Amino acid sequence: MNFTEDQPEVVVVRTGSANIASVAAALTRLGTVPHVTEDPKVVLAAPVVVLPGVGAFGAAVTHLRNRGLDEVIRERVRCDRPLLAICLGMQLLCESSEEHPGVAGLGIVPAHVGRFGRDQRVPQMGWNRSLPAATCVLLRPDWMYFAHSFRIETIKGEWNVATTEYGGTFVSAFERGALLACQFHPELSGSGGLALIGRWLSLAIGRKVVPC
Amino acid sequence: MLTRRIIPCLDVRDGRVVKGVRFQGLRDAGDPSELAARYEAEGADEITLLDISATPQERATATDTVARVRRVLGIPLTVGGGVRKVADVARLLDAGADKVGLNTAAVLRPELLSECAEQFGSQCVVVAIDAARSSADSFRWEVRVRSGAELTPINAIEWAKRAEAMGAGEVLLTSWDRDGTRNGYDLPLTGAVASAVRIPVIASGGAAKPEDLLAAFEAGADAVLAASIFHNREFTVADIKKFLSTNGVEVRI
Repeated sequence: MNFTEDQPEVVVVRTGSANIASVAAALTRLGTVPHVTEDPKVVLAAPVVVLPGVGAFGAAVTHLRNRGLDEVIRERVRCDRPLLAICLGMQLLCESSEEHPGVAGLGIVPAHVGRFGRDQRVPQMGWNRSLPAATCVLLRPDWMYFAHSFRIETIKGEWNVATTEYGGTFVSAFERGALLACQFHPELSGSGGLALIGRWLSLAIGRKVVPC
Repeated sequence: MLTRRIIPCLDVRDGRVVKGVRFQGLRDAGDPSELAARYEAEGADEITLLDISATPQERATATDTVARVRRVLGIPLTVGGGVRKVADVARLLDAGADKVGLNTAAVLRPELLSECAEQFGSQCVVVAIDAARSSADSFRWEVRVRSGAELTPINAIEWAKRAEAMGAGEVLLTSWDRDGTRNGYDLPLTGAVASAVRIPVIASGGAAKPEDLLAAFEAGADAVLAASIFHNREFTVADIKKFLSTNGVEVRI
């Protein structure tokens, strides 16, 4: 996958302290031009948006809300405009998290984020297999790199999910239309991760921008 | 199932990878981005870059080196060496590190770990511990700081637990006694720290052959770090993973 011919721009949402250099480097390797912003107008209008994130759930939700980015991201998903959410970015789409009880997530996905069990080393740090359901279009079975202490156990409703084992099964990614959300870091998952971002970009960039 | 990790380490000075025993008698081992890309292609699970700069000018070069490695590297990159304050961590993350190792500065002021964890998340805060066996008690290890030059009375196992409580997300555990000796990892040290904390532990110092890495995993390490066996091309990462897999260790192949 390579977009070097026309070098489309990919908007990357600044989610506070998130480290975005690796995301930007992966997008550059795929022949796109990453543009980092926290301007809600830009995020709403952009054809293709990545929502990365590391750090704490509560602080990240507050950051998005203070800038009006929560509404804009909800709007994008409602209109099926392309969005790739990574790690904490994926958790932010949920209703709530055990990391900060009482703080509402964006509520886009009917799911709760919980802590790993007591017997597991936390964070889960390293490579694990992500196995997608047959209904997935973008996700394929592959090794992916994880670095997280919280996870989603199940999602209610019609979502195409991939699962992973770590002291029980958890949701390692899900997709629907132009939304792809990953608990793992595709930007740090070598050639398999880069290929996944590439498949999402092909779908996203090929798509007509629907007015919301 | 989460797999065990193999992490080649690049000791970098003035934009070049160097090798030597305890930073003495340094020799050139190649270009950091070329080596990082080669190890990724061989199946390395992460790369660690240790900045061993001696001057402020060299330290500025190290940030450029991190950026250069990031451009070609598609797997996680940990950077350590000379990290003193939150702003240093921010600078290295901006340059392209995914995790940052804190050593002496965290021993002198453990709150630095909490400050970094709050701002960047525990998953990118690595506490790097240089542990030396006590001369009085072979089951006690003491923390060394300032690249190992200075011995403290701090118990390494207690320090690992305290660092975890302060927000570190991983331990990079180097045996001062074994580092550069090629006598294998300090297995009792690895086992003692791995059972004392719940965060992942990376064993470091002393690897010479695939059996050493296997023994470190059997002792409880979640990941192993090695430098010279890869730089000298004695074994590729793929060779070692094949050996580990044959011996029942889950690795990503």
